[in-house]
Amino acid sequence: METKKGLNVKARRAIAYVVLIAITVLCLFWFYVLLINATRTNSQISGGFSPLPGTNMAKNWVNLSHGTLPIWRGLLNSLIIATASAFLTTYFSAMTAYAIHAYRFRGRKFISTFILMVMMIPTQVVALGFLELINNMGLDNSFIPLILPAAASPVTYFYMKQYMESSLPLSIIEAARIDGAGEFKIFNIVVMPIIKPAIAVQAIFAFVASWNNYFTPALVLHSDSKKTLPILIAQLRAADFLKFDMGQVYMMILFSILPVVVVYLLLSKQIVSGVAAGSVKG
Amino acid sequence: MKKKIVSLLMIAAMAATMFAGCGGSNSEGSDAGSNGSAGKVLNIQCWNEEFRTRIEDHYPDYEKVSDTEGKIGDVTVNWIITPSDDNAYQNNLDRVLEAQESTDQDEKTDMFLIEADYAPKYIETDYVLPLSELGISDSDISEQYDYTQKVVTDTNGNLKGLSWQACPGVLFYNRDLATEVLGTDDPDAVQEAVKDWDTFVATAEQMAAKGYHMTSSVNDTYRVYSNNVTSKWVEDGKLNIDDNIMKWVEDSKKMVDAGQTATHELWSDDWNKGMMEDSPVFCYFGPAWLVNFSMHADEEGSVGYAGKWGACEGPQGFYWGGTWICAAAGTDNADLIKDIMLTMTTDKDVLKEIVEKDDDFANNKTLMDEMAETDYTSKVLGGQNPLPLYAKNVESLDLSNLSPYDQGCNEEFQNAMKNYFDGNATLDEALALFRKAVAEKYPDISVE
Amino acid sequence: MKKKKGNKYNRWGWYFLIPFLLVYVVFQLIPLFNTIYNSFFERYRTGLTWVGPNFVGLDNYKELLSQGDLWVYLKNTMIMWVLGFVPQIAVSLLLGAWFSDNRLRLKGSRFFKTVIYLPNLIMASAFSMLFFTLFSDNGPMNSILMSLGIISEPYSFFSHVWSTRTLVAVMNFLMWFGNTTILLMAGMMSIDTSLYEAAEVDGATSTQRFFKITLPVLKPILIYVMITSLIGGLQMFDVPQILTNGTGEPMRSSMTLIMFLNKHLFSKNYGMGGALSVLLFIVTGILSIIVFKASGYSMDDE
Repeated sequence: METKKGLNVKARRAIAYVVLIAITVLCLFWFYVLLINATRTNSQISGGFSPLPGTNMAKNWVNLSHGTLPIWRGLLNSLIIATASAFLTTYFSAMTAYAIHAYRFRGRKFISTFILMVMMIPTQVVALGFLELINNMGLDNSFIPLILPAAASPVTYFYMKQYMESSLPLSIIEAARIDGAGEFKIFNIVVMPIIKPAIAVQAIFAFVASWNNYFTPALVLHSDSKKTLPILIAQLRAADFLKFDMGQVYMMILFSILPVVVVYLLLSKQIVSGVAAGSVKG
Repeated sequence: MKKKIVSLLMIAAMAATMFAGCGGSNSEGSDAGSNGSAGKVLNIQCWNEEFRTRIEDHYPDYEKVSDTEGKIGDVTVNWIITPSDDNAYQNNLDRVLEAQESTDQDEKTDMFLIEADYAPKYIETDYVLPLSELGISDSDISEQYDYTQKVVTDTNGNLKGLSWQACPGVLFYNRDLATEVLGTDDPDAVQEAVKDWDTFVATAEQMAAKGYHMTSSVNDTYRVYSNNVTSKWVEDGKLNIDDNIMKWVEDSKKMVDAGQTATHELWSDDWNKGMMEDSPVFCYFGPAWLVNFSMHADEEGSVGYAGKWGACEGPQGFYWGGTWICAAAGTDNADLIKDIMLTMTTDKDVLKEIVEKDDDFANNKTLMDEMAETDYTSKVLGGQNPLPLYAKNVESLDLSNLSPYDQGCNEEFQNAMKNYFDGNATLDEALALFRKAVAEKYPDISVE
Repeated sequence: MKKKKGNKYNRWGWYFLIPFLLVYVVFQLIPLFNTIYNSFFERYRTGLTWVGPNFVGLDNYKELLSQGDLWVYLKNTMIMWVLGFVPQIAVSLLLGAWFSDNRLRLKGSRFFKTVIYLPNLIMASAFSMLFFTLFSDNGPMNSILMSLGIISEPYSFFSHVWSTRTLVAVMNFLMWFGNTTILLMAGMMSIDTSLYEAAEVDGATSTQRFFKITLPVLKPILIYVMITSLIGGLQMFDVPQILTNGTGEPMRSSMTLIMFLNKHLFSKNYGMGGALSVLLFIVTGILSIIVFKASGYSMDDE
């Protein structure tokens, strides 16, 4: 039994490596094809796949960046909306979670159950009323309806509350009060640093969610100067965009994912460990 | 403390407003120099780059700034592109036209383009200026093909748009495949092999036997059938499927089952692959604009680049698409629009240039009849002069069965039938899906 | 939990809730009521004019329910979610166990973690567009499969029900398994190793250790993953929408609930869209309650 187990570890390690390599390939293969095809001309691409890059990358880029898709504008719009959303989501979700976690007020139970219940409502379900509302408010084709609602994010709240329950002892708050700090100050100066790992993780999640969001922006934003990257990407799927030049299509896809990938590769250590750190407290 | 919370909220709100404002101000920035004075900005709604490139290449005073901006004198021209897929262009146009009155003058839509598939929807409204109000008279446009004016004439007899092109369809065939399979690439001889649907199918069998597809997709023949209908898509508020459309379904199913064609979506990359050399596609159906628009004629490796297309009449005459220029009510550039319309659709020198450079078929009967007799040849078509073919087919065009719902119906019908052709549904199931999709898109149509 | 009524600070709980509640009421609750209100009216745009609003009572609901499509789209949504979620959990547990297993001493685990988390950050619409081009009839995947001799002629991935659904599921899997792995792994790392050592002394196999020790500890994280994934799954939209260009082909077998809703919103049919939203609201509500109950999560939050 004992010796068997020794072999077992080696065998398991071998299996683990094989599986991991297979999964790595599964994750990266698509991006490899994307990279290759972004460097080839339309006629090369239509001639079939070749594993070696072509020489048309610069040309594809010039065609795309001088074309009709406002790609830089789209990138900037996406950045603005995602950054602002991430900020609002994390800050106010933490604040909400703190309210439920730290205070014993009348109606607390009701509110926390309420938020838990509404957590499951897909935002799309209220999209119709939402669109009417923003039309009436004159906010159609503006970023506000894509940013402000981020302040009420039940899922992020849920996570923050779980985190606080395991890592924010009420005694710390009591101690701060004894030191004479005001409640709002305690939240900003004492509580926020303690839950920083959770903030970091949720900021990333919120940023990515907003960055990727397609449904609501596609219904709210109309003019080219306001459109976000996902909307521009979806336009590629429609009909005759980019004049059937697949080189440009691949280049556009590359353009829209590259910034995030680069940032991710630079910060991957922090991001991955941040995601992990946040989760420990189930 | 309370104040702090409030002020924080204010900051958040202000930050949000700033972001939004920043988006707004920059878009206005592109109009810089206009100072808000009337008539300095010309906003044009369109669904692709076709008209823009026509203007760039042929309108004398146009200076290109970028692919979405240009200058005519001191007027800034903005091209606002919304793809036409899934009615997206129409929905956007509806939105901007409805808001037209409350929109700032420089943001207002001045011109927009429409297609035959939904022309009646806009022509019958007051959102489009009658040409008489622009000062365009019948004598200015007397040489245009009649049908191009009928399409954009409302029930009160007001003409409300103009087109630079006429769109009689022909059959474009791959000369190499014609030579290999039919033994000749001579247009008259090839026409014999596709002169009616029976011979067309017989040729398709020959092609399939050699491993070639007759057409790239079933949707290639769609317009040939759908433009030879005897009824509209919607009659008295009810959805109506014409017998000839059903004949398309029947014939196409046979071709798919026999491996003579595929079921690619129109405009998809798969559909377009037949434009490249070494492709197994014998022919495409289309009007003149297909040559310039889809054939990659300036790209090495395409059939068009090698001049290996030929054109013949095909089994039946038909038309497809066509772009009309309309002036939006509320525009402050009426004079400029008039000039653009007349230059682009009646100036013979410009029209001649369009034919020669873009392989288009221009909307001027006199000029086209003249050029049909000359030694004009198309490089893409291997030195053939296609104008006599177009000139012949244009005479038989009948656009009396247009309805405002055509784009949605055509699109949904092709989508739904794809399931039948692919074997994912029975004919009845596919038809039921079509009815359902139309009901979703046009709630006012009764589909029962 | 006993309430400390006397605590003078407790009113601060309400102050801190103000931003959330305000935003929630304005951007969620009011629109929700507006949506419900609309659902009782006939109201849509045709051409350039509006029809309605005309009060029609429950007609919109009757029409939607009599068509029966709703259940088909719910089924599609759940099928594609499960198809992606099951491998997501399985692979994540496996990888998490390996990464956190000290005795395996896997090298390069940081590299692997970086790689598997990467797809999560890719814009779903860009990813879908990429898959659409890769798997088109004449696209690179067919080209590769043919040159490897696996297939002899191009396979139409988007003309077959299960290949389309599988592609959607594969994309969802790829985008989310890395995230889940990292969450689970962190949970596993936090388990006291002495527990494992004790189990080993008692002769427990690694499989037994996994089921008896690891899984119970991970339960809260698993519930969190499950709930967030189900929420995401019910909202599935971007991937199938862009992959099928909104058609949900073939024969709407990849049409999700939200894609269906989007059709009505897009053609500005507010009455029908409203009724559909309300039905979606009810369906997701019921599903959520089932999941909460089944997972044993107590509404009693202490």
